[in-house]
Amino acid sequence: MADPIQWARYRWQRLISTEGGEGSSSSSSSNKCYQSSKTSGKHRIVIPCLGHFKEEYEKVSKLYMNNKIRTTKYTLLNFLPRNLFEQFHRVANLYFLFLVVLNWVPLVEAFQKEITMLPLIAVLTIIAVKDGLEDYSKYKMDKRINNLLTKVYSRKEKKYIDECWKNVNVGDFIRLSRNEIIPADMVLLYSSDPDGICYIETAGLDGETNLKQRQVVRGYSEQVSEIDPEKFSSRIECESPNNDLTRFRGFVEHSNKDRVGLSKENLLLRGCTVRNTEAVVGIVVYAGHETKAMLNNSGPHYKRSKLERKVNTDILWCVLLLILMCLTGAIGHGIWLSRYSEIPFFNIPEPDGKLISPTLAGFNMFWTMIILLQVLIPVSLYVSIEIVKLGQIYLIQNDIDFYHEKTDSTVQCRALNIAEDLGQIQYIFSDKTGTLTENKMVFRRCSIAGQEYCHEENAKRLESYQEVNSEDEDSADRQCGSSTHMSEWHGHNCSAVNEPLNRKSLHQLSGSYPAPGREDRAGDVPHSGHFAFSSPIETDVVPDTQLLEKFNQISSHSCQQSEEASSNLSLETMYITDFFLALAICNTVVVSVPNQPRKKMRLSSLGRTPIKSLEEIRQMFQRFSVWRLSSSPLPSVKESSSESPSSFVSKLSIFRMKLASPALDGAVQGAAEPLNTDSPENSPVPQELDIVNAAVGCEHNSAASSFELSPLPKLCYEAESPDEAALVHAARAYKCILQSRTPDQVTVDFAGLGSLTFQLLHILPFDSVRKRMSVVVRHPVSNSVVVYTKGADSVMMDLLRTASEGTNNSEMEQKKIKERTQKHLDDYARRGLRTLCVAKKVLSDAEYAEWLNHHFLAETSIDNREVLLLESAIRLETELTLLGATGIEDRLQEGVPDTIQALRKAGIKIWMLTGDKRETAVNIAYACKLLEPDDRIFTLKSQSRDACALVMSKILEGIQKNTSAKKKPSQKLGNVFASPSTQAPGFSAGLVIDGRTLEHVLHDSLQNIFLELTEKCRAVVCCRATPLQKSVLVRLVRNKLKAMTLAVGDGANDVSMIQVADTGVGISGQEGMQAVMASDFAISQFRHLRKLLLVHGHWCYTRLTNMVLYFFYKNVAYVNLLFWYQFFCGFSGTSMTDYWILILFNLLFTSVPPIIYGVLDKDVPAEILMQLPQLYMMSQKSVAYLPSTFWMTLLDAFYQSLVCFFVPYFTYYGSDIDIFSFGNPINTAALFIILFHLLIECKSVTWIHTVVIIGSILFYFVFTLAFGATFKTRNQPSNSYWIMEKHMTDPVFYLVCILTTCVALLPRYLLRVLQGTLFMSPVVRAKHLDRLTPEEQKEAIKRWKDDFIVNGRVEFQATSGSSTFCSS
Amino acid sequence: MAVNYSVKEEADGHPSGGVGVPGGGAVKTRKPDNTAFKQQRLPAWQPILTAGTVLPAFFIIGLIFIPIGIGIFVTSNNIREYEIDYTGTEPSSPCNKCLNVSWDSTTPCTCTINFTLEHSFESNVFMYYGLSNFYQNHRRYVKSRDDSQLNGDNSSLLNPSKECEPYRINEDKPIAPCGAIANSMFNDTLELYRIDNDTRIPITLIKKGIAWWTDKNVKFRNPTGDGNNLTALFQGTTKPVNWPKPVYMLDSEPDNNGFINEDFIVWMRTAALPTFRKLYRLIERKNNLQPTLQAGKYSLDIAYNYPVHSFDGRKRMILSTISWMGGKNPFLGIAYITVGSICFFLGVVLLIIHHKYGNRNTSADIPN
Repeated sequence: MADPIQWARYRWQRLISTEGGEGSSSSSSSNKCYQSSKTSGKHRIVIPCLGHFKEEYEKVSKLYMNNKIRTTKYTLLNFLPRNLFEQFHRVANLYFLFLVVLNWVPLVEAFQKEITMLPLIAVLTIIAVKDGLEDYSKYKMDKRINNLLTKVYSRKEKKYIDECWKNVNVGDFIRLSRNEIIPADMVLLYSSDPDGICYIETAGLDGETNLKQRQVVRGYSEQVSEIDPEKFSSRIECESPNNDLTRFRGFVEHSNKDRVGLSKENLLLRGCTVRNTEAVVGIVVYAGHETKAMLNNSGPHYKRSKLERKVNTDILWCVLLLILMCLTGAIGHGIWLSRYSEIPFFNIPEPDGKLISPTLAGFNMFWTMIILLQVLIPVSLYVSIEIVKLGQIYLIQNDIDFYHEKTDSTVQCRALNIAEDLGQIQYIFSDKTGTLTENKMVFRRCSIAGQEYCHEENAKRLESYQEVNSEDEDSADRQCGSSTHMSEWHGHNCSAVNEPLNRKSLHQLSGSYPAPGREDRAGDVPHSGHFAFSSPIETDVVPDTQLLEKFNQISSHSCQQSEEASSNLSLETMYITDFFLALAICNTVVVSVPNQPRKKMRLSSLGRTPIKSLEEIRQMFQRFSVWRLSSSPLPSVKESSSESPSSFVSKLSIFRMKLASPALDGAVQGAAEPLNTDSPENSPVPQELDIVNAAVGCEHNSAASSFELSPLPKLCYEAESPDEAALVHAARAYKCILQSRTPDQVTVDFAGLGSLTFQLLHILPFDSVRKRMSVVVRHPVSNSVVVYTKGADSVMMDLLRTASEGTNNSEMEQKKIKERTQKHLDDYARRGLRTLCVAKKVLSDAEYAEWLNHHFLAETSIDNREVLLLESAIRLETELTLLGATGIEDRLQEGVPDTIQALRKAGIKIWMLTGDKRETAVNIAYACKLLEPDDRIFTLKSQSRDACALVMSKILEGIQKNTSAKKKPSQKLGNVFASPSTQAPGFSAGLVIDGRTLEHVLHDSLQNIFLELTEKCRAVVCCRATPLQKSVLVRLVRNKLKAMTLAVGDGANDVSMIQVADTGVGISGQEGMQAVMASDFAISQFRHLRKLLLVHGHWCYTRLTNMVLYFFYKNVAYVNLLFWYQFFCGFSGTSMTDYWILILFNLLFTSVPPIIYGVLDKDVPAEILMQLPQLYMMSQKSVAYLPSTFWMTLLDAFYQSLVCFFVPYFTYYGSDIDIFSFGNPINTAALFIILFHLLIECKSVTWIHTVVIIGSILFYFVFTLAFGATFKTRNQPSNSYWIMEKHMTDPVFYLVCILTTCVALLPRYLLRVLQGTLFMSPVVRAKHLDRLTPEEQKEAIKRWKDDFIVNGRVEFQATSGSSTFCSS
Repeated sequence: MAVNYSVKEEADGHPSGGVGVPGGGAVKTRKPDNTAFKQQRLPAWQPILTAGTVLPAFFIIGLIFIPIGIGIFVTSNNIREYEIDYTGTEPSSPCNKCLNVSWDSTTPCTCTINFTLEHSFESNVFMYYGLSNFYQNHRRYVKSRDDSQLNGDNSSLLNPSKECEPYRINEDKPIAPCGAIANSMFNDTLELYRIDNDTRIPITLIKKGIAWWTDKNVKFRNPTGDGNNLTALFQGTTKPVNWPKPVYMLDSEPDNNGFINEDFIVWMRTAALPTFRKLYRLIERKNNLQPTLQAGKYSLDIAYNYPVHSFDGRKRMILSTISWMGGKNPFLGIAYITVGSICFFLGVVLLIIHHKYGNRNTSADIPN
C-alpha cells in the first residue's frame, strides 16, 4: 500500500533536486563539485546507516527506494476500478458501454437494461479474470522474491543477520556466500578471494552462463580481513539509477577526501549469482525498482499484426453496414408511421398520452436499431481472437520439433499477438554470425610472421565431425558446403600435405611430443560435461605439424643452449612465441576446472612447477629481445621467408617419414624424456593432452580406439566471446596453456618452459568503435611493459609501425610480413574465415608511466569516462608490431542451407546483413545457398553517392536486359503472366553491398532505385553493416515496399533490427539473451525458422483468417434475421427471439466452436507444408483473406439469413403463429446453419470439434427447454414460456429446420465441392497428397515441384497485387 | 519479468544454464510432451469435398426430400379451408354499415353474412378470426403487458408493471388486465348457423380448448383470495379502457372467466406477423357418420365491435380442418419438392463432373 506513496514522494524529491542542481552538476570533475552535487539529481550519494553518518543517512538514503519490489499492476483494493479503467481504454469496450448507456434512454430502449450489459460484463469479466490471474502470479512471485533471505549487517547486533530482501535499504552492507543471489545492486567491498575478485553468473539477467569477474573497489582489495562495516567511513557517489547494464560510474570518497573510481567491474547486479567466491560483502547502491535489472524489465511488448489491422478495417465496414441497416430501420419506421392517417391503436402513445411525430419516432428508432443489431459489430471477435492466439501460441511452444536437446530450450513466443504474421513474411533479414552459423568458433589456420600454417590436420579432424553429424542426421547426401569448399582450398594451397594422411600416424605425431610438466593436477579430471563455448569441436585443435616443429625447437634450444641453432630460429621463434602468448593472454577468459564447479584455477605456488629455473627462461627471452632490439640482419628469417612453401613442406614430410619409423619415434620420445624427469610422478601418464583431444575428435574413427586414453586435467575456459575461447584453445594446443587469470596476473604454462606469470597491468576491453582489445602486461622475463593487441585486420593494419625514414632491415622485414599477412588475411576471408590480427608493442617504462597518468585520469572521471577511456586506449594502441593473424571458422548451423532454400521457395526474400567483411560474407552466403554458383553477383562498392547511383542504374539495366531476353521464350509459350520479378527462371542475380556504400544507398535520393534493384535480386548481402544500418534497411523495406519483414539475429547488434521488423526472431545462441529479450519469437536454431514459418505461420494465419471471416459471417447472418423481421413489424425494433437467447446465442451457443476451429484447424498436414514450401505463398499473399473474400462471406451471410428467415416466414404465413413460436425455428435453424457452416469450412475434424459442436447443440436445446419451462411470469418482454417444449413435439418445426439448414448451406457446400473438383487451389491439392501412400506422395510432390515453377508461380503472381515496383 | 522468473529458478536450485553442475540427472527439461494434442497430430477426419465424395449426399437428400415434399403437399391439399372477409369496406358487404364502429359505441352493430361451403368438412373444424395489417408484433405493443398480473399475483394486480403505461391506471385504479395488448382485445362475436331449408340451425361452437394447455393452466391464473368470487377478487381494479365489461365478466363459466378466459389467453399470445389468424372456436365432429360441416349454405352472425378501418385492417373468419402439420399451407411441400429436385439435379451434374474430371483427383495428378 505504502509503495505508491513512497514512490510518488521519491519522484517528487527527484524532480525538485534536478531543478535545483541543474546548474551545478555540469562541472563534476573538480573537487568542488562534490559539495554541490550532493543536491544534484544526476548523482546519488550512498552512505551507510552507521556511526557518524546516521543523520545524513536519514536525510539522503531514506529517499531512495528500498528493495521491496512490486511488479503487480493492481492491489486488492484498486483492482476493480483500475482494471475497468484500463479496459475501457479499448474502443470495443467503449462501444459496448455506449450501447448499455443507450439502452437506459427510455425512448430508444430495445432490450431490458440488464440484458445489454450482459456481453459487456462477460467481456470485462473474462479479461479481468485473465488480468487478475496474471497479476496474482506476479504477486506471488514478488512475495517470494521479497521474502528471500539475505545477510544484512545489523548495527544493533553488530553482525550480519538474516533479513528479507524487501527490508534491504540503500546503504546496507550485505554479505553473500557462494551460489547466493544478489538481492540488490551493490558495490563490491570485500571478496574472500585474495585478489579481490568475485565471479558472478548473469544468467538471471541476460542468460549468459559464462562467469563474469567483478572486482573489489580499489583500495579495499588489499585488506586481508573482512571489511568491518562499522569502520567504513567513505561515501559513495554514483549516477542516478538507469537501465544501462554495461555502465556504472561513480567513485568512493574516503574520509580523507581520496577518491577511487567505480566502474561496472565493481558493481554486483541484482539477480545475478555469486559463483566461485566464498564470501563477498558489498554496500547497496540501488535497491528494488531502481536496480539495473528491474529498470531493464520492460515486460512483453505488444504489436499489432497485419491481419488485425485488416480486421479493423473490415470492422469499419461492418460499422458502415450497421449504420446503413439502422438508417433503413429508421426511415422505414418513419414511413410506416406516416402511412396511417391516425395513429393505430397498436402503436402505443407515450406514457403522457401524446404521440410522437414519425420523424422523431424514426430518429429514436435509429438508436433502438443500433442496440438491437449491435451484434453485427463482432465485439466478441476481439476476445475470441485473443483466446485463439493464446491457444495457437500454446501449440507453437509445445512443438517438439523446436526443442533443442543441447541447450534444453524450445521456441519462446514473447509477443503474444502476432503469431499469424509468421504466415505472411515476405522478407527475412538475417544476421550471419550465430544465426546462420553456429557461432562456435573453430581455429582453422594462422599466419605468423608472414608464414602461413594451414592446419591441414585440424581441417581433417573437423571433417570427421561433419561426417558424424551428417550420419546422425541421415542426410548423408548433403555435405556442408563450407567444408567441402574448405578442403578444396587446402588441396590447392598445401599440395604437399595433401597426400592421404594416415590418421594413426597423425596421432602418433601429435602424441609423440614431449609432455610439459603438468604434474600437479594430472589425473583428477574426467573430460565430461559441456560448457559455454567448449564443445570438443572448438576445444580440440590439432596443431599444424610444421608450426609445432618450430615451436618445439624453442624448448629444445633453450634446453641445449646451442647458440648456433638458436640463432638459426631467432626472430621467427620469437614471433611464434609472442604470437601464442598473445593468443593466451590477450583476452578476458576465465579459467576453471570442470569437476569443481566454478572453482578458479590458481597456481598456488610458482616455484613448484617450473622445470627449468627461472633464470634459464629469462636468458632465453633476453636473447630474443636482444635480437629484436639490435635489429641485426637475420639470415635465418630471410631464409625462411624466401623459402617457397613447397620446400617447407618437403622438409615436413621428411620429418614425418622419420617419425613414421618406430625407432625414430622412440628416439624422439627418448629425447623428450629428460623433460619429464623432474617430475617422476608424471611418468605413468603417458602421452599428452593433445592425444586425448585428437582422439576425442575422432572418437568414431576406429584408428583412434587403439589409444589408451588416460584422464587428463582439463581446464575450462569461459570466454565472453567464442572467438576468444577458440584462440585460447588454439594456443593451448601448442602447449601455451592459459593456466589462471586473476585481475593482477595471468599465468601461462608455456611449452615446457614452465609457468610464466605476467603481471596484468591493464585490459583495454573490446569495443565496436576500436574493433580491438589490448592487454598491458609486464613481461616476467624481460620485465618490460608489453601491449598485446588483437583486433580486426582493417583497423589493425593502420596501427602498425610503419617503415618511415629508416629503411633498416627490421622494418623492411616488418613491411614484408605485413604484406604477406595481408595476403593471407584476404585469403582467409575468401574462405569465410573470421580474421583477427595479433600485434604487440613494447613500452618503455617512461612511456608507460606517461600513458598511465592519462589513463588514470580517464578512469576516475564520471561524466565523460567512456570517451576518455577510448581516447586513452587509442593513444596506447599505436606503433604496433604485427605478429600474425588467425583464421577462425564459424561453422554453418545444422540445416541452414536447406532452410534457406525452402524459405526461398516459399517466396521469401532473404537478406543477409552482417558486420563481417565482404569476402567472408559472400562465402558464407554461397555456403548456405543464399547465393547459387550460377548467380550473377553484382557488387556495389562506390565511394560517392553519384557513383553509387550510376552503378545501380547500370546493374538494373543489365538485369533488365537479361530478364527480357529470358522472358521471350516464356511468352512464346503463352505465358502471359510472366513475372517481372527476379525469379524469372534461368536468371538470378545477387547483390552484395559494402557497409560504406550502404550509407549512400540509404540516402533518400537513392532509396527507390536501390529498392528497385533489390527487388530484382534473388539475394542481397550487406556486409560491414552497423546495427543502425541494419535497422534502417529493415525499416526501409518495411515502409517503402509495404512488405512484411522478419529479422532474425542472435546478438546485441541485431537488437535494433529485431525491434524494427514486423516480426523479430531472436536466436538464443552463444551471445547472450539481448536479442531474445527484444524479439517476438525466440528459437534456438536457425533451421527452426523453417517450421515456424512454413508450418506454424501458415497454420496460424489460415486459422485466424478463417476464424475471423467466420465470425463476420456468423454475426452478419444472425443479425440479419432480426433485420428482415423489421420489415414485418413496422420497423419497430421487435426481436422474434427472446432477448436472453439472442444475447446468449453469441456468448454461449456459438462461441466455443469457432475458437476450437481457430486453434486446431489444420488445412494441410505439417509434413506436406514442410515439403512444399510453395504453399506458403498462399498465406503470404493473403489469398485466404482478400477483400473479395470478405465481401463474398458477407454475401453468403446475407443469403443464408434470407433463407433462414423466409423459409419459416412462408411456412407460417397467415397462420396463428405467435412471435416467439415464429422465432424459435428461425433461431434453431440459425444455430444449425452456423454450426454446420463451420463443419463445411473445417479442414480437419477431430473429436474435440465433434464434442464441441454436439455440445453446443445440446446445450442450446437444454437451455431453451429449461428456459421455456421456467420463467412463466418473467415480465419483460413477453416470454417464451413452453415454446420449445411445444415445438419439440411438432413435426413442422423439424421439417422447417431441416429444409432451412439444407437450403442455406447448399451454395457454400456446392462451391466447396466445385473448388475441390474443378478449380483446385494448391491447398486442396496438397490435401489430396495426404491421402496417398508414402511412395505415391513422394512421386506426386516431386512432380508438383517441377510443375509449380511453371504453373504455380503464374497463378500466384496473378493473384498478388502487392509488388510495388514492377519493371519500369 | 524475466529476471524474476529466472531468480525463481535459481532459488529452486536448478541453475538455468546447467553450467558447472555435471550430471544432475533429475533436472527438469523444457522438452514439450510428445502427445498427439500438443503436437497437433490428433486423429482427424479430413473431409475433402469433391464431386465424387459428395455425390451420394446429394442423391440421398434428393431422394428423401421429394417424397417428404409430396407427402406434405398432399396433406396440405387435403385440408379444407374456408375464409370470409367481413371487414365491410366494400359498400355491398352487409357489414359495411358497421365499418366505422368505435371502441366506445355502446350498442353493438351486427351484421350477417351468408356463404356456401362447396365441400364438406369431414374432421374437426377450427374456427379462426383473422386480422390483417394489424401489427401485434410492434415492439412497444408486445411489451405492454404484465405477466405477473396475469399469473394471478396479487401485488401486481393492484400495482401493475410500468410496461403497461399508458394503460396501467385509469381513474386512479389499476387496470386489470393492464397494457395495450389486453386493451385492444378482439371483441367481435361470431356465430355460425347452418341454413337448412331456410331454417338456421346453430352450430355448437366450443370455446374451451382453444388456448395452449400451459397458458390456460400455468401461465394465466386468476388472483387468489378468499372465496371464488371473481368480482371480489378483482376488487379495486378497473377494466381496460376499451373494454365494455370488466375482466371478471368475460364469461359466465367460472373456469373460463377472468384471466383464464381462453379468448383472452389466445389474444394475449401476440401474433408474429401483421397478417394472422387466431383460433376462435372449435367445431367438434359429433359422430362418424356425418361430416362436421356438410357442404351447403351457412350464415355467419357478427357482432361487429372491433374497429380496424382506421389502420386499413381486414377482418376474416376462417373455417379450417387441420392435419398433423397444422393448417393449409402448400409452401412447405413445394419447397421440399423443389429442393429435393435441385439436389437430385445437382447430383447428376456432379456425376458428370466426376466422370470428366474426377479421375485426376484420385490419382492426385497435377492438372496440365
